[in-house]
Amino acid sequence: MTDPKHYRKYTLSILVENHQGVLAKIASLIAAKGYNIDSLSVAETLDPTISRMTLSVRGDEWVMEQVVKQLHRIIDVIKVVDLTDEAHVGREMIFVRVNAEPVNRAEILRIAEIFRGRVVDVTPTTYTLEITGEAGKIEAVLELLQPFGIQEVVRSGILAIARGSKTITKREEGRLRLAGQKHASAE
Amino acid sequence: MRLTGSEIFMKCLQAEGVHTAFGHPGGAILHGYDVMLDYPLRHILCRHEQVAIHAVEGYYKASGQTGTAIVTSGPGATNTVTGLTDALMDSMAIVVFTGQVPTAVMGCDAFQEADVVGTTRTCTKHNFLALKTEELPRIIKEAYHIARSGRPGPVLVDLPKDIIMGRAEFKDYPGEVSIRGYNPSVNGHPGQIRKAAELIATARRPVIYGGGGIIHADASAELTELVNLTQIPTTLTLMGLGALDTSHPLWLGMLGMHGTYTANMCMVHTDLMIAIGPRFDDRVTGKLSEFAKNCKIIHVDIDPTSIRKNVHVDVPIVGDVKRVLIQLNAELRKIKRDWRKDLEEWYGQIAEWQRTHPLRYHQAPDGAIKPQYAIEQIYKVTEEHDPIFSTGVGQHQMWAAQYYRGHQPRRFITSGGLGTMGFGFPAALGAQAAFPDKLVIDIDGDGSFQMTMQDLITCVQYNLPVKIFLINNRYLGMVRQWQELFYGKRYSQVDLEIQPDFVKLAEACGAVGLRAERPGDVRPLIEKAVSTPGPVVVDLVCEREENCYPMIPAGSAIKDIIDTGEPIPEKLFQGWR
Repeated sequence: MTDPKHYRKYTLSILVENHQGVLAKIASLIAAKGYNIDSLSVAETLDPTISRMTLSVRGDEWVMEQVVKQLHRIIDVIKVVDLTDEAHVGREMIFVRVNAEPVNRAEILRIAEIFRGRVVDVTPTTYTLEITGEAGKIEAVLELLQPFGIQEVVRSGILAIARGSKTITKREEGRLRLAGQKHASAE
Repeated sequence: MRLTGSEIFMKCLQAEGVHTAFGHPGGAILHGYDVMLDYPLRHILCRHEQVAIHAVEGYYKASGQTGTAIVTSGPGATNTVTGLTDALMDSMAIVVFTGQVPTAVMGCDAFQEADVVGTTRTCTKHNFLALKTEELPRIIKEAYHIARSGRPGPVLVDLPKDIIMGRAEFKDYPGEVSIRGYNPSVNGHPGQIRKAAELIATARRPVIYGGGGIIHADASAELTELVNLTQIPTTLTLMGLGALDTSHPLWLGMLGMHGTYTANMCMVHTDLMIAIGPRFDDRVTGKLSEFAKNCKIIHVDIDPTSIRKNVHVDVPIVGDVKRVLIQLNAELRKIKRDWRKDLEEWYGQIAEWQRTHPLRYHQAPDGAIKPQYAIEQIYKVTEEHDPIFSTGVGQHQMWAAQYYRGHQPRRFITSGGLGTMGFGFPAALGAQAAFPDKLVIDIDGDGSFQMTMQDLITCVQYNLPVKIFLINNRYLGMVRQWQELFYGKRYSQVDLEIQPDFVKLAEACGAVGLRAERPGDVRPLIEKAVSTPGPVVVDLVCEREENCYPMIPAGSAIKDIIDTGEPIPEKLFQGWR
């Protein structure tokens, strides 16, 4: 039923209770389906009792329908939104430490500038750059830096947010209130 | 009032209405067991934690009341894993409290430490690790709420020693639960219900395929109403047995791998499958690509993940089976149709299957006891008592299901999804604890019984007069049957010829042991067992190599069902050797 030929990349936005064990529950659910998580980023929301995850995973439609349903079944999962087929912005961030010999230093800075990157650390022989963008942009910059000699790369998972004025919480029909809204009403 | 965690624990159990628990003490949970002495909780000391868990499952399935188990950390907790998985597969509402080493040493390989929350993550509906004494009331309330609501399932609460020994302010047991990530749908979508009713009203060869969800939702009366209203022939899964009175004229028998020929043929030839609370298990569907090729499917289930998990569904209805059936019956009552007349042709076909392919066996008066005969006699002799039955796993379980003749739900307790050998006897023990005055019968295999029989002494200690009937063929019968059919009769590790003398074993525990070796002894011995007070083990020495038919070989299409023991076509065991 599942054939890797029909796999595509799915991006899910998930709101979960912010306590111990929740990440493990989600990770083991995906693993139980035999899928590998491409990337995952998690952090607290404005409401410290809630964390938001952006999960990127490859799979086919049939199994992903099950994954989304089963994510809902986890008691600690508050909300799951599949952003895959919705207009959304997705960004990753990298730090890349690249060899910077005197003859190459200007060229590397030019590349960083073109990709709107920043130099975050300098040594006589290296630059460390910070670059943010979609996966394609990240791949492109890495390709351009490759000839100089990349010493180290660290790459974040995807962060994704839907375009438009709707928020993930409003889809909950007001049942769920994030701290942001709570603060607003408290003022 | 500042109380210790253990006192809070006991007060919460009291407030939750828990009066019976099964379990086994140990180091980390000692404080809880100490405080227990001051509370009216009836605790049944099982000799092995696996037995405690299966007993809790039996207690739940028989009574509908959420079962409770209390065990210690480490081995106590890990011994519950099989039972938790079993309960998850078969949707049993149970709550298990496990002791845990003090929080200060968790993760340090302390004595009797195991990462229980991690270990049980995938075999519970939900689990909790209590990290503050004051959180206990909320956690316990949520645990029971989660276990019994929605699709029932097992919930585990891990209680570190310092949390139950520590003190906290205790006011009241919470009355309400609010879990923002958990709101199971109850009512079916009215539009979907209408669509379902329209399909039912026009079907010419409909079949109702009911599952365990009907029992869990206590919807047997509503199912019966649906059957009577529409006159649609009905089959049930192993877990659904008892949801429809087996004497109902539209009862087709169980379906699936060892279901009746007729029930399975109805699944092949139907034009509308009305699936109520089943989960399209592979033991029912057979080869998926051949399943339900020419019919529409309506699927009612409280668990959205059960829908479209294995098969495509035309009308999915997420909701509590009882509520949905009430809605559906109301919709169907509006329809004017002469159901019996419209289904006449279908009834004719079904009657033909029933006539040509009944369940059958031949008991020679002077031959060995046929297991089917023994099981049929158990049912016939005890029918007037309306007993609760449990079974182990294997051939005897399938025969017990095939020949089942009960009239009420919650009277047939068996391990379906996980197929846990050793389940039957502890489940009977638990059911008997729930209904001390009822006749509780475990129809067991000699292999299954040997997995958990050490707890016979528990039945004696607590005066739980379970009657155990061993369908004793001195083989791991179902495995042997597969080896005979699919592995060229090469018997590997299935011979149980060397076994305890079950009569003496019963006597050694202070129970009564009986044995039948001839067909003529079977009935009188069953009568004797039923009238004997206290636990009884009846060793029914049966034909050794009887096979269980009908049978749909694993991975085959339903239509390839083998009705009798005639040789199997070569093509069917390709790939199964």
